Amino acid sequence: MTENIGKVVSVNGNLVSVRFTGDVSMNEICYVKVDDVKLKSEVIRIKGDIAQIQVYEMTGGIKCGDDVEFTGEMLSAQLGPGLLGQVYDGLQNPLPVLAEQAGWFLERGIYADGLNAEKKWEFTPTAKPGDTLKAGEYIGTVPEGPFTHKIFIPFNLLGTYTVKSINEKGEYTVNETIAVVTDERGKEIQISMAFRWPVKRAVKCYSERLAPQETMETKVRLIDSFFPVAKGGTYCTPGPFGAGKTVLQHTTSKYADVDIVIIAACGERAGEVVETLTEFPELTDPKTGRSLMERTIIICNTSSMPVASREASVYTSVTLAEYYRQMGLHVLLLADSTSRWAQALREMSGRLEEIPGEEAFPAYLESYIAAFYERAGYVRLPDGSTGSVTIGGTVSPAGGNFEEPVTQATLKVVGAFHGLSRERSDARKYPAIDPLISWSKYKTVTDSKKSAYCKNILLNGDEIGSMMKVVGEEGTSLSDYQVYLKAEMLDAVYLQQNSFDLIEANCTRERQCYVTDKLIRVLGSEYVLDNKDDARSFFNRMRQKFINWNYTEFESEAFKNAEKEIDEMYNEGKGAISSEAELLLKESE
Amino acid sequence: MGKIYNRIESITGNVITVKAEGVRYNELAQINTQFGKSLAQVNKIDGDTVSLQVFAGGQGVSTGDEVRFLGQEMRVSFSEDLLGRIFNGSGEPRDKGPALTENMKPIGGPSVNPTKRILANRMMRTNIPMIDMFNTLVVSQKLPIFSISGEPYNQLLARIALQAEADVIVLGGMGLKYDDFLYFKEELSNGGALSKTVMFIHTASDPTVECMMIPDMSLAVAEQFALQDKDVLVLLTDMTNFADSMKEIAITQEQVPSNRGYPGDLYSQLASRYEKAVDFANSGSVTVLAVTTMPGDDVTHPVPDNTGYITEGQYYLKGGRIEPFGSLSRLKQNVNSKTRKDHRILMDSMIRLYSSYKETIEKKNMGFSMNRWDEKLLKYGELFENKLMDLSVNLSLEDSLDLGWQILAECFEKDETGIKSDLTDEFWPVK
Repeated sequence: MTENIGKVVSVNGNLVSVRFTGDVSMNEICYVKVDDVKLKSEVIRIKGDIAQIQVYEMTGGIKCGDDVEFTGEMLSAQLGPGLLGQVYDGLQNPLPVLAEQAGWFLERGIYADGLNAEKKWEFTPTAKPGDTLKAGEYIGTVPEGPFTHKIFIPFNLLGTYTVKSINEKGEYTVNETIAVVTDERGKEIQISMAFRWPVKRAVKCYSERLAPQETMETKVRLIDSFFPVAKGGTYCTPGPFGAGKTVLQHTTSKYADVDIVIIAACGERAGEVVETLTEFPELTDPKTGRSLMERTIIICNTSSMPVASREASVYTSVTLAEYYRQMGLHVLLLADSTSRWAQALREMSGRLEEIPGEEAFPAYLESYIAAFYERAGYVRLPDGSTGSVTIGGTVSPAGGNFEEPVTQATLKVVGAFHGLSRERSDARKYPAIDPLISWSKYKTVTDSKKSAYCKNILLNGDEIGSMMKVVGEEGTSLSDYQVYLKAEMLDAVYLQQNSFDLIEANCTRERQCYVTDKLIRVLGSEYVLDNKDDARSFFNRMRQKFINWNYTEFESEAFKNAEKEIDEMYNEGKGAISSEAELLLKESE
Repeated sequence: MGKIYNRIESITGNVITVKAEGVRYNELAQINTQFGKSLAQVNKIDGDTVSLQVFAGGQGVSTGDEVRFLGQEMRVSFSEDLLGRIFNGSGEPRDKGPALTENMKPIGGPSVNPTKRILANRMMRTNIPMIDMFNTLVVSQKLPIFSISGEPYNQLLARIALQAEADVIVLGGMGLKYDDFLYFKEELSNGGALSKTVMFIHTASDPTVECMMIPDMSLAVAEQFALQDKDVLVLLTDMTNFADSMKEIAITQEQVPSNRGYPGDLYSQLASRYEKAVDFANSGSVTVLAVTTMPGDDVTHPVPDNTGYITEGQYYLKGGRIEPFGSLSRLKQNVNSKTRKDHRILMDSMIRLYSSYKETIEKKNMGFSMNRWDEKLLKYGELFENKLMDLSVNLSLEDSLDLGWQILAECFEKDETGIKSDLTDEFWPVK
């Protein structure tokens, strides 16, 4: 390949214009040479012989006439064994390796391979010479942590390929040739365990895309029982600052019922990444019993790291997620926060002097957000197995107002909405998901009728609560007051959940169903209570019993005892179940 | 040495353009105007047209003035000699001391590799009970002080500078009133803290561009001290002025504004400053406290709003006190389990009782009669406000905790506080 070199003609922030002579493609990667370092950049607009590029680094020191080297390649991620447990920046540079090379700071112009080139992996071939395969089908496996990592025919090879030779079982590095295949014309292609894939293109090497049906348990009661997320689905969590978005994602990343979790810390605090890095290696994955870090990949492009690579970081993360999905695994991608990504788009759009849309966000904001969330999905793979990518993104709306463009564009494309409210977080009701505004299109872990019944209690209680603010307790009837207390109790014992307690935070599907039944019995009953004071004290005590019950291990002795206490309390109040609740409980038996 | 250009093409506000070649982005230049020399920084290059923001402002700049490019970016001298000195936003002395030119370090450098950070887990004592006891400041934390104009935020900062347990204090003043500047100078020298303090001061009458340099200068110096194993506390006042200067320059350069006229990169700009707060593994640390005044007491204004998303909590200064409900130190749980075993529970209980007191006050104002419990709360609230919340209280954490128990004992019986009995048995003062 001949060298394609351009010259810098203008610099404005991290946007640099380059005059070029050869051919340049959109989103191609190029390097700006400043003194003795090369700064990675991406072509984002081409006009005549001028290419506008966004530089992934700080642009101080660039001058007109500096050389720009075009590579002919798009921004891509290196895919292969060894991704799990890594901490990358937005461009897939492993941060610990950068620390070894550069010390304390992220000096510009230092890049490293995403995968360790020296580490040997034990390869077991599954294909034989003569087999015909397509991109996305695998030729062998290596063990990676608790998983069987499949070695694929690279996704970018079109058509069918015949295996000419394949190495025997043994230890190889990611860059060694392990097989040779020939294409339809007989041209030989060498295959190693790693290959590159352009991050902004979705991986489509699957047989068919299925509807997300299977619920992904997050172990958060409020989510699973009321506003669930499906494997292969999408959801968003908008909320004002301090409402607990990050803590909620953190909890989800620990307990979610998936194989692999990818955390994209996009434009957020470095301190939070440090917390994950310190905590995760110490925790065990309840599914495999191994360190939680072994199923986690962290892509962090914190708020002070360059903006352009913040934009790239969400694409890098989703590409890694799709790669593991191709192995028949269920992957959860948590992006915190997509607003920062949108702001990165806005900054570049401003520099490109595009006509601004609402709040100066670019007009293509919606289609970019839609395209990103569309990369989630539940798919059937060529070998018949299934895999999924679930995407959950936080949104940080300005002023906590959901009427802003990023929240609205996101709501259009996601399958579940968990809106956090300042009111709930101020009242220390965590998780601060507001049940009155949130919604989900997926299947709840509990029976959907039961879930609706509980939601109804909340709704009625809220109505009476707001009425009480006007007419006072005195002006409310005893029966209305009881409905209010029931809603309060449901909120306190089921919706609120202590994410720092190991048992309480990890509430399984079975437990949720069991507790919901009990709650429907207790809340769907009428009690013999003389006045409001009696009612208040009765439900307060009942509430305490349920909270104690929540902290006991499921089906343990303590669990049964706590349940007995609830039953006793129920009898003490002379509870009589309503016909509606009774029917509901009977139906499910 | 750089070439000299004698022709300025355009002057808009504080931004000038010249035709020049071989100029680097962010490079500094020096302009000789009839009012003296000023620095200027390249902030846009388009072919041979170079835009510069002039530190001393555009006033009086003539199209015939001389522009000389210096071939280097903005830097700041770093050595122990900085301690006790006062500089302006260009790094020139504001006091009578000599200019420092040795060991120049770049400002606004790259961010710290997250894998080189450690989890914030050391308390920074300030001897202000509302901070130490209720919303503990943690080494390497970044916290804004949300306030409205007229609140004594500068007095608060000065007290923190005097009392905080930090090796070095860096004070960055942006858009300060001149008398506030004098106040800081006097307070710190009277309190004997001047010798461990470096000040970068931009007063309201100084040119706007210098205001934008203050945080970078302050944080660059802080970072250097931190790399020499020092625990540095950076006090910035007022970040809203900093944001407003950015707005001014952005609008002058015809950038598309995003929200209330602020540039679209406001979040990134603020974050790149706040994220300089760091606890280096095996070395020193930088802690940042920054006053952010809220125009119209509106926390959804773009500056406090974006700040809230970046920082690890906030202190609300209201009515001359650090308000206990809105204020939050997100990192406090990392440290307050290790101080004294009654710390957490006392903190929670006292705040809970204080919130009941607030409800009682409301009831009282509406004309309801007060019962015995209400009377107790009223007494408690008053004691709490006078003895602990007042900004002039200077008490160590342990003394504040003891005082807290005393206040409780003066107003309530043991079992009225809702504190576990094994703690009340141990700490309840004997009457």
